[in-house]
Amino acid sequence: MLRKFHGLPGLFAGLFLIVLSVTGAVLALAPALDRASAVIPGAGQVSVAELAGRIVAHYPQTEQIVRTYSGNVIVYYSRDGQAGADLVNPLTGEGIAPYGSSAFFGWVKDLHRAFMLDDAGRAMAGVLAVFMLILCISGMFLLARRTGGWANLLRPLSGSGSKRIHAELARFAVLGLLLSALTGTFMSAQRFGLLPEAPEIGPRFPAEVSGGQPAPVGSLKALGNVDLGGLRELVFPYPGDPQDVYSLTTSGGSGFVDQATGELLQYQPLAKGSVVQQWIVSLHTGEGLWWLGLILGAAALIVPVLSVTGITIWWQRRRSSGKLPDNIGAARADTVILVGSEGNTTWGFARELHASLGKVGFKVHCSEMNALAEHYPQASRLFVLTSTYGDGDAPASARRFMARLDNFRPGKALTFAVLGFGDRQFPNFCKFAVDVDKALAGKGLKRLHSIERIDRCSTSQFSKWGDKIGQTIGTSLGLDYNPLPPASVELELVERADYGLSVEAPTSILRFKVVEQGGWRRYVPGNRKTPSFEAGDLLGVVPPNGQAPRFYSLASSATDGVVEICVRKQPRGLCSGYLYELKPGNRISSFIRHNPGFRPATGSNPVILIGAGAGIGPLAGFIRKNASRNPMYLYWGGRSSQSDFLYQPELGRYLDDHRLTALNTVFSRSDERAYVQDKLKQDESAVRQMVNAGAQILVCGGKDMAAGVKQVIDEILKPLATDVEALRADGRYLEDVY
Amino acid sequence: MKKFVLAFSLFTALALPAYAQARDVTFTTELQSYNGDGAYLALYLTDAAGEYQGTLWVSGKKSKYYKHLGGWARGSGLNPAEYDGLTGASVTSGRTLKITLNLDDSLIDNGYEVRVDSAVEDMRDIRADVVAPLTTEGSGKPVSGRGYVRSLTYDLQ
Repeated sequence: MLRKFHGLPGLFAGLFLIVLSVTGAVLALAPALDRASAVIPGAGQVSVAELAGRIVAHYPQTEQIVRTYSGNVIVYYSRDGQAGADLVNPLTGEGIAPYGSSAFFGWVKDLHRAFMLDDAGRAMAGVLAVFMLILCISGMFLLARRTGGWANLLRPLSGSGSKRIHAELARFAVLGLLLSALTGTFMSAQRFGLLPEAPEIGPRFPAEVSGGQPAPVGSLKALGNVDLGGLRELVFPYPGDPQDVYSLTTSGGSGFVDQATGELLQYQPLAKGSVVQQWIVSLHTGEGLWWLGLILGAAALIVPVLSVTGITIWWQRRRSSGKLPDNIGAARADTVILVGSEGNTTWGFARELHASLGKVGFKVHCSEMNALAEHYPQASRLFVLTSTYGDGDAPASARRFMARLDNFRPGKALTFAVLGFGDRQFPNFCKFAVDVDKALAGKGLKRLHSIERIDRCSTSQFSKWGDKIGQTIGTSLGLDYNPLPPASVELELVERADYGLSVEAPTSILRFKVVEQGGWRRYVPGNRKTPSFEAGDLLGVVPPNGQAPRFYSLASSATDGVVEICVRKQPRGLCSGYLYELKPGNRISSFIRHNPGFRPATGSNPVILIGAGAGIGPLAGFIRKNASRNPMYLYWGGRSSQSDFLYQPELGRYLDDHRLTALNTVFSRSDERAYVQDKLKQDESAVRQMVNAGAQILVCGGKDMAAGVKQVIDEILKPLATDVEALRADGRYLEDVY
Repeated sequence: MKKFVLAFSLFTALALPAYAQARDVTFTTELQSYNGDGAYLALYLTDAAGEYQGTLWVSGKKSKYYKHLGGWARGSGLNPAEYDGLTGASVTSGRTLKITLNLDDSLIDNGYEVRVDSAVEDMRDIRADVVAPLTTEGSGKPVSGRGYVRSLTYDLQ
C-alpha cells in the first residue's frame, strides 16, 4: 500500500518532476549569483536618505529605488523621456551597469512555475508540488521501514543497484525536497485561492500633505532614520506635483514621506501574515538566503536520478511480479497459497502450484506468509510453501507469520497442507515448516494433507506431492517445475592455486573465464556474453551427472574480468571433487544467483569480515573492491600458515595499499591451536569498540564456525547491551553459511 | 473634488439616448516587446492638472498588485467601486489591448487627459507611461509611451 502510494505518483509525475527540479536547480543559482555581484555596505553605514541623495546626484530624474533581497541597489529613472534602469553602487550612487531582468532566468522561471502554459501550467506545477510532497513523505516511511525504524534512518544501507542508489540519494536530498515541495504547494494553493492570502492592502494615501517647497531627498528625516539594509523600495513623487509624496517600503512595513517636511505619514507595519508569507517565498526561492538556495538546488538536481532509478525499480519489480497473473483477491479466493522464502526459490514452486490450480478452475490467492490476512471468507484450502532460514528460523517473507497467526480467524471449512523446502544434509531439516504445520493445527485447522518435506528442490518429489493433493481434492494437477535456471554460463578454467594438501584440507582458488557464444547467437537476448555479478553472489555449478547444483560464493566481480571461487574438496563431495579435478582449459556449465543480502555497507563505518577456510573467498572479493579505502578488518582462520594460507600474497598487497586495514589470522594446527572465534575473543575490546562505532560484521564459512562466531560476538556485545540478533535486524550482521 | 463615474455615464447613455450626448471611443494600447510576464495597465482620465477623474479600464486580475499602478492607485484610492466591471486580463509583451467605451461628449476637447500607468512583476512600475490629451484633433494619432507601452491611440466615432 505504502509502496503504491510512493510508486504511482512517481511514475505519473516522473518526467514533469525532472523539468521542475532541473529548472528549480538553475533558479537556485540566481540568489547566489546576485549576491556575489552585490556591493553591500555594513549595517548602519548608509541610510536611505544618504543613498537617495547620492543617487539623485547622478540620476536627477530618479523615479524609484529598489533594493533586492540579495542586496543589489537598482535605480529606475527617466532620461530624455525614456525609462531606464541601472544597478548602482550604494556607496557612491554611481551606476555600475544597466539593469535588466535576465531573459534566461525569466524563461526558466516561467518553465518552472507554469510550464510556459500560464494558469493551466501553474495549476499543473501546483499539483506536481503536492505529488512531490507525497513522494517525500511516503519515501521517508518506506526508508524507515527498510532500515528498521526511524532511529536507524542514517545507518548504512545494504542492497545494490538502482534500489541502493535511490535510497542513498533520497536520504541525502529528502529534507531539501520536502521544504521545496511544501513551500511550493503552499504558494500554489494561495495562488489559486485554496489558502487565504495575507491581505496586502498597504497604508492609505495621506489625506493631507504639507504641500510646501520640496526639500532635497538627502535631507528628509524619515529617510535618514532607515538603514539601507532595511530598504525594499522607495518610490519618488511625481515630478512637479507638490501634493504627491514618497512611498517607502521597508522590511518592517510601509508608509509615505512628505516631500517638504520629511515626516513619515500613515506608516503601517507589515502584518504578521505577510511576514510569514515572505518567509515562505524566501524558503522556496532562496531570495535573501543564497546559501539555502544552493542547498535546495543541489537537492533538486538529485530528482532526475531519483526518477530514473525509481522507474527502473518499478519496472524490475513489475517484471518479477508479472509472473503471477490472475492472482485472485484474498477475499474472493477459494484457495490460498502462502509463501515463505528467503531467496526466491520457493516462489517458483508456488507459481507453478498457483497456475495448475487456476487451470483446473480454482480461484487462487497467493501471497507471502507475512501478508497472512485475519480472515479468508471464501477459502476452503490453505497451502503453505516455506523454506527454513538458518537453524530453523523463519525465512524473510515469513518472519512475521507466527505473530500474525495470533489474530488469524480461520473459517470452519478451512483445511491446510504445508510443504517444506530444505536440505536433508542439515540438521533441523525443514524445521520452520514443521513448526508452521503444528501451529496451524494448534489453531484448530484440519489437515488437507500431512506435511511433506522437499529435499533440495527435488522436482519429482514436488510433482508427487501435487499428485497426492490432486487426489484429495478430486482433480489432476500435474505439477511440473524445474527450479534450476538453465546453466546459461559456460566457464573455462584459466588458472588455479592449490593450498592445504599437507593439512588434509585441499582447497583451491579457481579462476574461470566466460566462454563467449560464437556467431550470431551472441546477439540473441539472454545470451549476453558476460553476466553481471558481484563478490558475494553465488555461482551455481551443475555436477556432471546432472544432480542438483551446488552453490559457491563468488570471490570476484564482473568488473574483475574473471569468475573466481574458492573451493574446499569435501571428502566424497560430488561437486567439489569434480571442481577440484578440473585442469586449465576444462569447461563447466554454471549460472549466477544474485545474493544482494550479503554485501558490505558503503560509508566510513568499519567493516569486520570474519571467515574460516574457503569462506575467505567472498571476503577477499569485498576487500579487492574496496577502492574507497573504507576501514576493513579481516579475521580469518586456517589450519597452517605453511599450507592453507589462502590469498596470502593478495592480502599482503591489499594491506600495503590500504584496501585492507588490518589482518588477523589464526591457525589451528600451529602452536596457537586456536580458531577464528578464539582470535575474536582475544581482540574483544577492539571488536566491541568497532561495533560501538557502527561497524558491520560479515561472516562467511561453515555453519559450525558461524555458530561459534555468533556465540563469541554475543559475549563481546554484552557490555553494549545488544546482541547479534539486534545487529542482524539492523543489517549489521550478515552471514553466508554453508 | 469633482469626479464622475464613467461606468454610470455609459449606462445612462444606453438608457436615455435622446438626452445623452455621448459617443463610442476605442482605445488601442500596443505594448512593447519586453522580457517579462503580462503587464498590469490602468487607463484613466485626469484633468489638465493631473488630478484623477475616473477609471477607463484596468488590465490584470489580482487587486493586490494594483498598488504598483501608482498614479491611478493614488487617484482612485483603490476603491473597488471605481473599477468594478472595468477589469480584464493582463496584457502580455507585444500584444495590443483594444477597448471601446461610451464617453460623455463633455469629456472631449475639455482639457481632460488619458493616462496609462503600467507595471510588470519583478520589473519597474511606470507611472504615466502615456499621457494623451483627449481631443477631437488627437483622434487616430498614436502617442508613444515611455515604458512598456509602445503607443496609445484613441478613435472617436
